Amino acid sequence: MREKILAVLEKNSRINIKDLAILLGESEAAVANEIANMEKEHIICGYHTLINWDNTSEEKVQALIEVKVTPQRGMGFDKIAERIYQYSEVDSVFLMSGGYDFTVIIEGKTMRQVALFVSEKLSTLDSVLSTATHFVLKKYKDHGTVIAEPIHDERMPISL
Amino acid sequence: MRNPLSDTIVQIPPSGIRKFFDIVSEMKDAISLGVGEPDFDTPWHIREEGIYSLERGRTFYTSNAGLKELKEEISRYIKRRCNVLYDYAGEVMVTVGGSEAIDIALRAMINPGAGEEVLIPQPSYVSYVPCTILAGGVPVVIELEAKDEFRLTPEKLLEKLTPNTKILILPFPNNPTGAIMEKEDLEAIAKIIIEKDLFVISDEIYSELTYKGNHITIASLPGMKERTVLINGFSKAFAMTGWRLGYACAPELILTQMLKIHQFAIMCAPTTSQYAGVDALRNSDEDVKNMREAYNQRRRYLMHAFREMGLECFEPYGAFYTFPCIKRFGMSSDEFATRLLQEEKVAVVPGTAFGDCGEGYLRISYAYSLEDLKKALERIKRFVDRLDGETAL
Repeated sequence: MREKILAVLEKNSRINIKDLAILLGESEAAVANEIANMEKEHIICGYHTLINWDNTSEEKVQALIEVKVTPQRGMGFDKIAERIYQYSEVDSVFLMSGGYDFTVIIEGKTMRQVALFVSEKLSTLDSVLSTATHFVLKKYKDHGTVIAEPIHDERMPISL
Repeated sequence: MRNPLSDTIVQIPPSGIRKFFDIVSEMKDAISLGVGEPDFDTPWHIREEGIYSLERGRTFYTSNAGLKELKEEISRYIKRRCNVLYDYAGEVMVTVGGSEAIDIALRAMINPGAGEEVLIPQPSYVSYVPCTILAGGVPVVIELEAKDEFRLTPEKLLEKLTPNTKILILPFPNNPTGAIMEKEDLEAIAKIIIEKDLFVISDEIYSELTYKGNHITIASLPGMKERTVLINGFSKAFAMTGWRLGYACAPELILTQMLKIHQFAIMCAPTTSQYAGVDALRNSDEDVKNMREAYNQRRRYLMHAFREMGLECFEPYGAFYTFPCIKRFGMSSDEFATRLLQEEKVAVVPGTAFGDCGEGYLRISYAYSLEDLKKALERIKRFVDRLDGETAL
C-alpha cells in the first residue's frame, strides 16, 4: 500500500485522506496510519507546492552551482554538505558522481545576491576548491509537471 | 435517375449518439464523460518511434499482413500476456484498428444470404450488428443482464442457439458495461462452442484494462485456438486510438481468407503506426501498468460516488466504463441523458446506443482526470437529488 500512497501523493499532496482511501480501495484509518508512519520514518519529508514564479510579480532567480571540494581528515563529504545546506539561501544539495562533487541549488531575489552568496559564503569554505554557477533562465518542466504550457483535452466530446 | 444506393446499407441506422455529439459540441463549459478513448497521450517513446520512421523516409507500403518485426512482437506479446502461441508467419495479421479485423473476420467466415447466424451479446460495441448484416449474415442478439454482471452465461447462449448458428462474438472486457469474463465463465462457454461446432470472434481490445486478475482469452482454453479469431489492438492498451492499429490472430485457414479481403480493400495498415507499434509492444510494460492503475483508482472513485448518491451500479472490472442503472427515476436512458446534459451540462451516453437492452442504463466513462470526474460527479449528484425531490413530491 505504501508505494501506491506515495505514487498518488507525489503528484498531488493536497488530496485528502478520504479521497485517497477511495482511490486505493483501502480504509481511511489504514491510509491515515500509513501516512503517519511514513512521516515518522522520514519517508515523507514534506509537502510542497509547485509554483511557477514567472507568472507572479515576485522576482526570483535560481542558480545551479557545481562545487568541487577536498574532503579533509575527520571531515567527509557529509560534513562538508552540512556546512553548505545550513544556509537558508540553499535550496538543495546533492552529492554527485562525475566531474565535480556537489550540486548546490540556490534561490535568491537577484543575480547579484546569488553571486555574492557564492563568492562570500560558498567559495570561502576551507574544503571548497572551486565553483561554477549556472543561472536558470526558464523552467519548462519541474517535478514531472510541464509548466511551459497548459494541456487541453482535444478529444471529441463523445465517441464510441 | 435510378436509386444509386444499396437497400442493405440504407436500412442500417447510423450510430445513436450523433444527437448528443452535436449538442455537446455547441455547449460552453459542458463536461463530457462520453468519450470512448483514453485521456492519456500515447507514451512519448512510442510517438518518437513514429517520428523517427518518418525521418528515415519509411513512407512505403508494408507487406499486406504487416511488418515482420511487428507480427513477431505481437506473437511474443500474446504468448507473454495470454499464453497462446501464434505463428507470426501464418496466424497473425496487422489491421487498421480492431474495427477492421471485426469486419474482415465476419466477411471471411459468413456465406452471404445463407442464413448463417452470428450471436452478438449486447449491450456492446456498435459495429457487430452492421458488420454482420453487411457480410450477409443474420445477427442474433443475446441480451445480457445486470444480475449476471453483464457476463455471457451458458444459459443465455443455449437459449439463442439454432441449427444455423455459426459464430459467437465475445466482446470482453466490454464496452459499454465494463463487464469481464473470468476463466470459469469462459470454460462454460467454450464447452458449448466445441460441442455445437461453433466459432468465436473474440474482441479483446480492452484486455490490458482488467482490474480483477489477469485477462484471459478464450483462445487459451483447450480446443479453442482452432475455433477462435482473437482480435486486439493498440488503441486502448497504449493510448493509440488515432494511429489506427490493430491485429487479428487466427488459425491459418481463416486468416488466409481475411488477409485476402484486407489485401484488396486496405493494402496494409499505416507504416508509421506499425513502426511505432513495434516499440509499443517492446517497451511499454511500465506505461501500461501505470495507466491501468490510474484507471483503476478512478473506477473506485466513481463507484464510491455512485453509492453515495444512491445510483445503482454493478461493479465493473474491465475497460474504462461504468454502467449505472437509472430505472428508478422512471424515465428512459435517452431522456435522462438529454436532461442531464441540458440541466447540468454533463454528457454521458444512453445505454440504448449499445443495444435495446441498454435501456435503463448509462455509459459513464472514466477516461478523464480526477478533477474532471469530481466536477462532473457533483453535477450528477445535484441532478439525481433534484429528481429524487421531484418524485418525493
